[in-house]
Amino acid sequence: MKVDVNANRLQIVTMQLDSLPLKQKMRIASIDWSQISETEGKRLRALGIEIGASVEALHRGILFWRDPIAVRVGRMSIAMRSKTAAAIICEANDNG
Amino acid sequence: MVDVTPVIALVGNPNVGKSALFNVLTGARQKIGNYPGVTVERKVGRLPLGDTYAELLDLPGAYSLDSTSLDEQVTRDIILGRQTGQRRPDILAVVADASNLESHLRFALELKALNLPMILILNMSDLAARDGLELSPQYLIDQLDIPVIETVAVRRRGLDEFSAACQSLLAKIDMSEEALAIDDQQLDSLFSEDIRASFAKHSKSLAKGTVVSETLTREWSRALDNVLLHPMGGILVLLAIMFLMFQAVYAWSGPPMDLIEAGFEAVGGYVDGAMADGFIKSFLVNAIIAGVGSVLVFLPQILILFFFILLLESTGYMTRAAFVMDRLMGMVGLSGHSFIPLLSSFACAIPGIMATRSISDQKDRLTTILIAPLMTCSARLPVYTMIIGAFIPAHDVGGGVGLQGLVLLGLYIAGILGAMIAALLLRRSVTKGASSGFLMEMPRYQWPRLRDILIGLWQRAWVFLRRAGTIIFAATVVLWLLLTYPKVPIDDPAYEGVSQVDYSIAGRIAGTIEPVVAPIGFNRDIALALIPAMAAREVAVAALATAYAIDGEDEDKVSATLGQKLSGQWSLATALAFLAWFVFAPQCISTIAVTRRETNGWKWPIFMLSYLFALAYVAAGVTYWSAVAFGLG
Repeated sequence: MKVDVNANRLQIVTMQLDSLPLKQKMRIASIDWSQISETEGKRLRALGIEIGASVEALHRGILFWRDPIAVRVGRMSIAMRSKTAAAIICEANDNG
Repeated sequence: MVDVTPVIALVGNPNVGKSALFNVLTGARQKIGNYPGVTVERKVGRLPLGDTYAELLDLPGAYSLDSTSLDEQVTRDIILGRQTGQRRPDILAVVADASNLESHLRFALELKALNLPMILILNMSDLAARDGLELSPQYLIDQLDIPVIETVAVRRRGLDEFSAACQSLLAKIDMSEEALAIDDQQLDSLFSEDIRASFAKHSKSLAKGTVVSETLTREWSRALDNVLLHPMGGILVLLAIMFLMFQAVYAWSGPPMDLIEAGFEAVGGYVDGAMADGFIKSFLVNAIIAGVGSVLVFLPQILILFFFILLLESTGYMTRAAFVMDRLMGMVGLSGHSFIPLLSSFACAIPGIMATRSISDQKDRLTTILIAPLMTCSARLPVYTMIIGAFIPAHDVGGGVGLQGLVLLGLYIAGILGAMIAALLLRRSVTKGASSGFLMEMPRYQWPRLRDILIGLWQRAWVFLRRAGTIIFAATVVLWLLLTYPKVPIDDPAYEGVSQVDYSIAGRIAGTIEPVVAPIGFNRDIALALIPAMAAREVAVAALATAYAIDGEDEDKVSATLGQKLSGQWSLATALAFLAWFVFAPQCISTIAVTRRETNGWKWPIFMLSYLFALAYVAAGVTYWSAVAFGLG
C-alpha cells in the first residue's frame, strides 16, 4: 500500500490490483504502463482496463499459487496474471 | 442496386454470440474456407434479403482495429478492404452483447469513426433482461444515428428486422470495390490515448443512457465460477470433465462402431460371394472395403471427442479451463492461452494448430504449434485401439477399471508429458523469450445450443470423411497396388511358399527399410505400414489390414480379425514399441502442411518432423529394449 501523491484529494489509499481483497469494488487510479509489454497493454485497453474503470477482484489463484486472478471490469470477467495486475493501481470507489 | 452480390460482415468482440447469429441467419447455406495467405477461417453464408440475397461474412472476433493477434489483423484488413480475395463489406453489422454494452460499444464507436454503412445489433437481449437490464435501443438510434436491432439468436428473434434494415441501407448506398481510403497514419490516430479515452467515455455514457434500469444479478454465472474457479475445486472439476470425456469416447462409441464394422463386413462378404475372382474383386475387397473401412470405423469416437470440445467451448467453460491451467502451463513457459488449442489437438492437431492464432505472443504460439502434434489425436485411436485390443488382456484391475483402458490412459499421459518436456526445452532454446502474459475475457456461461453443436459436428465429420475419401483412400489404393504387383509366379516351383507381400514392390521397399527399424523391434510388416502412414496415422491400420488380407487371400476363408492375426505374429515387446512410436511420430501430412502455412515457411515444419521422429525412435527403442529385458520379447 502507498499514498498516491498525484491524486487531487489528499491521503487516498491505493492498492495494487493483485492484492485487492476479494469482492470489494474499487476504481482504477493509475496504470504503470512501463511494467506491461506493448501487446499486453493494447489488450488491456481493448478490454476496457483504463483509468476510472470500476474493478473488483473475484477469484485468486489455483491450487497453492496466488496466480492467475479473475477480475470484474465493468460487466466483464477478465483473467490475468498477478504480475500484470500489480501494475494496476486501484483506489476506493467513492460512488460506493 | 448494382449487379454484384452485396457483402455484409458480422463484426464484434469475441463471445457476443456472433457465430450463433451467423448460424441462424444463414442456416445451412454456409461454407468454411480459408482466406488466401492466412489460415484464419473464412466463414461465409447466404443471407436471404426478400427476393434477393447477400453474402454474409462472420469475421473473427476482435476487441479493436488495433490488432494484437492474427484473428484481429484479418478482421481489420477485411473491414478496410485490404484482404486479397475478399470484397470490402458494404455493410458492417456490429454485434454487441446487450448485457455488456459499455465494453462492446467501444469497438462499435471505433468502427463508426470509419464512416462506413453500419447496423448495430444488440444480441442476447434475453440474457440481458435476465441479468436485470432493461434497455432502450431508441436512445442508441438517436445518439448514433444508425439502425439498432435487438436480437436473440437462439430464439430467432429480430432476424426479420435485421434483414429489413440491411435492405433499406443497401438501397441507400453505393457499393464500391475499392479499399477504404485510409492510411496507417490516420488509422493509428484512432488509437491515440485521447481518442481512446473519448471512445471509452462515450461508450460509458451511451451504455448509461441505454440502460433504463439495472439490477445486478448474474448470480448463477457467479455461483458457477465460485466452484469452477475455486483453487481446489476448479482443478478437480477439470480433471473430472477430462476423465468423463475420454471415458465417453470408449463407452459410447461401442454400438455405432460395431454397426459400421458389421456393415463393412457384410458388404465385403457380399462382394466376395457375388464376384468372380480377379483384379476388380481383389481391389474392392482388399483395398476399399478392408482399407478404408478400417478407418471409417473410428468416426463415432472422433465425433464424441469433438462433441465434448464443442460443448465446452459453447458453454464458456473452456476459458475457465484456461484459467485453471494457466499456472501449470506457466511452469513450462506457456500460458493458459495454449490450453485451448492443445485440448482441441486431442481431437485433431489441425484445428488445434489453427486455434493458436488467437495467441498474441508469437513465441508462445510457435511453441504451442510445435507441441500440438504430441497430444493424442483421434487419428491415433485406430492404431492404439487395434494394438491394445490384440495384445493387452481385458483384465479388470479392480474397481471396474480395465487394464486396456489403463494402457490407453498411459499413452495419453505419455503424450502430455512428452509435450510438457518438449515445451520446457523449446522455451529455453529455439523459442526463447520473455514469458508471456495471460489475459482473457471469461464470458458469461451459456446454455449450449444444440443446433450450433450439430453444425460444428457435421463440419468435423465432413472433414474426416473427405480425408478418408481422399488422402486415406489414395494411400490405401497405392499401397494395395504396390502390394499386389508383381505377382508371385504360381506355376514356378522355385517360388513355392514365397508370400505375395514379400514378393511385391512394397514388400521389397519395406525390406530395405527394415534394418533401420529392426533395432527398435519393428518387423517388416511395421516398416511396410509406416511408409503410407506418413499420409495419415490411421493408414497404418489400413495398411496392415490390406497386407494381411492379401497374404490371406489364398488361405481358406480367413475369418480371423486383424487383431488376431497380429497377436499371432508380433511379440508383446514389438507391439509396445509400436505404440510408443505412435505417441511421438509426426505421421500426418495435413499437420505438416498446416504448420508450414501457419509459420510461413519450411523451417518449423522440418524442425518439427526432425525432433518428433528422433523422439519416436528413442521412445520405441527404450520401450522395446526394456520389454525384452523383462522377458516380453
